[in-house]
Amino acid sequence: MKPRQQRMLAVGSSAIGLIIAAILTFKAFEENMMFFINVTDVVENNKAPLDRDFRVGGLVVENSLIRVEGNLTVNFLITDNKNQLGVEYTGVLPDLFREGQGVVALGRLNGDIFLAETILAKHDENYMPPEVIESLSKHQRDGNEKSL
Amino acid sequence: MIPEIGHFSLIVAMMIALTQGYTSLKGARTNDFELMRHTKPLALAQFTLISVSFLCLTSSFLMDDFSVLYVANNSQLALPIIYKISAVWGAHEGSLLLWILILSIWTVLVCRYSNNLPKLFSTRVIGILGLLNFGFLLFTLFTSNPFERIFPTPSDGNDLNPLLQDIGLAIHPPLLYIGYVGFSVAYAFAVAAMLSGNLDRKWAKWTRPWTTAAWLFLTIGIGLGSWWAYYELGWGGWWFWDPVENASFMPWLIGTALIHSLAVTEKRGVFKSWTLLLSISAFSLSLLGTFLVRSGILISVHAFATDPERGLFILIFLVTVIGGALILYAKRASDLDDNVNFSAVSRETFLLLNNVLLVITTLLILIGTLAPLVMEIFGMGKISIGAPWFEIAMLVPMIPLLIFISMGMHSLWIKDDLRKVFNRSKFLFIAATIIGLFVPAYFYGRTGLLLVIGSVLSIWIILSSFVSIKNGLFTNKLKSGINRSVLGMAIAHLGLGLFVLGVTFVSSFGIETDRSFSIGDTLSVAGYDYRLNSIKNAPGPNYQAIEAEIDVYKDNLLYTKLYPQKRTYLVQKSPMTEAAIMASWNKDLFIALGDSLGNGKWSVRIQYKPMIRWIWFGCLIMALGGAIAISDKRYRSSA
Repeated sequence: MKPRQQRMLAVGSSAIGLIIAAILTFKAFEENMMFFINVTDVVENNKAPLDRDFRVGGLVVENSLIRVEGNLTVNFLITDNKNQLGVEYTGVLPDLFREGQGVVALGRLNGDIFLAETILAKHDENYMPPEVIESLSKHQRDGNEKSL
Repeated sequence: MIPEIGHFSLIVAMMIALTQGYTSLKGARTNDFELMRHTKPLALAQFTLISVSFLCLTSSFLMDDFSVLYVANNSQLALPIIYKISAVWGAHEGSLLLWILILSIWTVLVCRYSNNLPKLFSTRVIGILGLLNFGFLLFTLFTSNPFERIFPTPSDGNDLNPLLQDIGLAIHPPLLYIGYVGFSVAYAFAVAAMLSGNLDRKWAKWTRPWTTAAWLFLTIGIGLGSWWAYYELGWGGWWFWDPVENASFMPWLIGTALIHSLAVTEKRGVFKSWTLLLSISAFSLSLLGTFLVRSGILISVHAFATDPERGLFILIFLVTVIGGALILYAKRASDLDDNVNFSAVSRETFLLLNNVLLVITTLLILIGTLAPLVMEIFGMGKISIGAPWFEIAMLVPMIPLLIFISMGMHSLWIKDDLRKVFNRSKFLFIAATIIGLFVPAYFYGRTGLLLVIGSVLSIWIILSSFVSIKNGLFTNKLKSGINRSVLGMAIAHLGLGLFVLGVTFVSSFGIETDRSFSIGDTLSVAGYDYRLNSIKNAPGPNYQAIEAEIDVYKDNLLYTKLYPQKRTYLVQKSPMTEAAIMASWNKDLFIALGDSLGNGKWSVRIQYKPMIRWIWFGCLIMALGGAIAISDKRYRSSA
């Protein structure tokens, strides 16, 4: 091969490689994009995707935590002060998980129950996930400002 | 009184920083040696005043002066002394003060070690550093004053965030900041070179040790942060693709590209404009990281500090710093001519490819980090980009990068032949393939595509590095002593190889599992049996803890005892998981105590992490390589 052809081959193959890589990367991006959906949008408006993971967040309803004694699985309700959604999770709960606190759960919907793979509660006890604040303040303007 | 002294020193330091910038740049522009004479004394004065200010804040912490708001918010009487000191940079205001102190230290070091540089050039560098610190001082004094008082004075403080009460996080920010801020030196060198219009190879040579120094501290800082997240957050991962982590990783990647590009510019006089751009980008990304973290604009587990006013200020500062440098670059770039040729197969090419791939990696991370923000601004919904995406996106540029690293080390400058490069690295590659294919399969009993790719490529790099280390130590010894640049390069690459090997094994064979057991029960994970002996109270200085005693058996023999804790910090009432970790060179056994499940049962998270230590050890070796490269005596000689 002449040097010119060699160069063309090198440029051509790296261009093809780049395109394939870019397609794969953006496809993966699409797949790993997780939307945050309000409790009300899940319960009333059926906005939750059924075929993929998403995030949902709210306050853990007081006295809603149910655990079969000795079992790792817990059930609890989260609320945006308008609607409530049941969440099921199996595993070690994060340190700052408490009734009355804001949480974000990541997982998917199964019937009426949200099966959480991961529960996020944030570092600081006064800290509230921004999405939770927003979805709460839609329905209740006061009370949660101090958490900001 | 002491806080007022600190506050006052900071105000004076700000004015001095401005003066330092003005006299230096004006003096250099008009060739006024009378004006330029002030540069170094001013820099020294600035440093002294900032140190005084920093010591004032530290002593306010040590004396429990809760009339200072920042102290009241971040300390407490019962806080151990070491954390009273580290609490100085435990939150936003104090960490900015630390940032400023570090920038002034870098400035003084530049003053001290720039005697062999042309006067006009070094004066400009110090002037630019002065202006940068002026910006940060302004920011601190107007939006984040650490010396603000409160009245009435509380009788006790609010305590330091329990997560930060840890030795790893006490030293993580200073190291990280030394790295971040160090890139401002590379930035100042680039801007000074563009101002003087004299962009020859010497500029690259002068910049190199500073850039490498900043890079090596950033490497250690990031490694330490990862280690801290691993044991302290109680999740057991070592990297979460959290925006704050990404914010530190992006300057590191660009800094790495810059180090390589500088090497080519110094050695061969090419890539000049590219090197300039990277110098500007590395510092810009450090600033962008600060903006993302400090403005609280991103949803992040690290979001301690949130204040839109601060965000706006940093944004304006960011635009000024990047924009100014880029305008200057646009004016000067046409003067740059890379009038040196190199062939399509040469070390230059491999280094260029390495640069392109590192920049692609950075862009991918930038996209993943900013996409949620952009989509929210445009009302396209609230999204988050999961860690799996970053992991896939990293593979794309990283696999070719790792291949090119090995090939680059075996290639010659200017002109080489692909066949010769293959011949030189052939045996190492075959050896790496054999080891990479069979060793993991032998020890862990299974294999996989990514495992093989990761193992082969990292072992190839490790072997290639050993050959280079041998060359660095022995080949040039007779002529000119040990070539420390080459030696440092090889050792840094060795560190990378160890790092990649660690990552490969952890991601292939790591086990994380949540289980429950009661006293006397045994859980079996990855061939180790965990037996819960007891659970009892264990009081601490400013917390109460529940401690479990767990015996770990291997083949029915007692292997180790682990004591994970669940702490409740008394002031902030926040619970904290203190994982217990049995660390050894080839694996970690990790156990974190969860909650009481009732019925005498407790939840635990048990993890088995093979070779995870190699990740942080690899970072240390990389940094060591950087340190050796800086010690090359070439950088001591004049011009």
